[in-house]
Amino acid sequence: MGTQLVMYDEEYNRINAVCDRLTKDANAKVVFLVDKNGQLISASGQTQNIDTTSLASLTAGNVAAMGGLAKLIGENEFPNQIHEGARESLYMTIVGSRVVLVVIFESSTSLGLVRLRVKKASDELAKIFEALLKKTESPGGMASPFAEISDDDIDNLFSE
Amino acid sequence: MSFINYSSREINCKIVYYGPGLCGKTTNLQYIYNKTNPETKGKLISLSTETDRTLFFDFLPLSLGEIRGFKTRFHLYTVPGQVFYDASRKLILKGVDGVVFVADSQVERMEANMESYENLKTNLAEQGYDLAKVPSVVQYNKRDLPNAVAVEELRGVLNTRGVPEYQAVAPTGVGVFDTLKAVAKLVLTELKKGG
Ligand SMILES: Nc1nc2c(ncn2[C@@H]2O[C@H](COP(=O)(O)OP(=O)(O)OP(=O)(O)O)[C@@H](O)[C@H]2O)c(=O)[nH]1
Ligand SMILES: [Mg+2]
Repeated sequence: MGTQLVMYDEEYNRINAVCDRLTKDANAKVVFLVDKNGQLISASGQTQNIDTTSLASLTAGNVAAMGGLAKLIGENEFPNQIHEGARESLYMTIVGSRVVLVVIFESSTSLGLVRLRVKKASDELAKIFEALLKKTESPGGMASPFAEISDDDIDNLFSE
Repeated sequence: MSFINYSSREINCKIVYYGPGLCGKTTNLQYIYNKTNPETKGKLISLSTETDRTLFFDFLPLSLGEIRGFKTRFHLYTVPGQVFYDASRKLILKGVDGVVFVADSQVERMEANMESYENLKTNLAEQGYDLAKVPSVVQYNKRDLPNAVAVEELRGVLNTRGVPEYQAVAPTGVGVFDTLKAVAKLVLTELKKGG
């Protein structure tokens, strides 16, 4: 069933640092990172008024649909997408085939700047995710916290 | 595919409601949404047509509480049941951790049920999943209707594997939470094994 996405402190901190820096460098309002199945990995910037869970799921839906379209015309995928709104714009880029980096910025911000900074950040992120995948696949990887759960633990979740 | 974050101590799982057009998948999510506490749920997102048919998916994030210090979150999705939306169904199945097959109990929908069930197997197989190995449950919905087929007959074609099954009337909630709990349990049990 493919490799499960697992996140550890070390990589998580590095990923958050890259996203925080990108928010500043690209003059972005929000930067977030979503896995292609729609799970939010990281969010930086002014996230207070944004429903990040919905955003993550719709981003994944969008990327999946565009990926399907790409295949229909013989492309592997569309690695970058830009959506320009009257006030806010959105830039999406696929990082290392498993995650999507999304940048929301004011339409007055230069798209050229955003592209440039996104490129740099996405290269860094790709490396971190590669390392993460190696770690997850290595046999000495951390044991799942779920290996030890009991049927009672599961039942308790549903006890109300 | 579940996502375990050791840093924020969260685990996210994806559950997909599958089944023929109009069988009641969206109604299941709407009922769950209406009956859960605001603090445990996110927004219900429905990408649907003018006539309320699912166009791409419905999405509902739910938090179930903690297990051993890890917050467990379930992302519920429905697929569009209409036959011609097959490309979208394939996309939504990606990374699935658990499946609810919702059957329409009405006699005139038996063929549609069987077709959708085969379609589920085919689409899972395309992604390297085997339905027999994916945590799944079956829901026989629309039990309130006079033309509902006997459960034995439905079981004979849709649940020869003998997975947990529930009778339901989704608009009033009969069987809705039983179905959800059963699939969530299977998914967590699978995680336990897989760890
Ligand atoms: N009588 C009765 N009606 C039901 C039941 N469940 C759903 N319905 C009705 O059936 C219709 C279709 O339900 P939906 O939940 O939209 O069906 P769906 O499976 O999401 O359909 P698609 O989005 O096209 O795949 C709605 O009018 C529901 O109110 C049930 O148990 N009994
Ligand atoms: Mg629907």
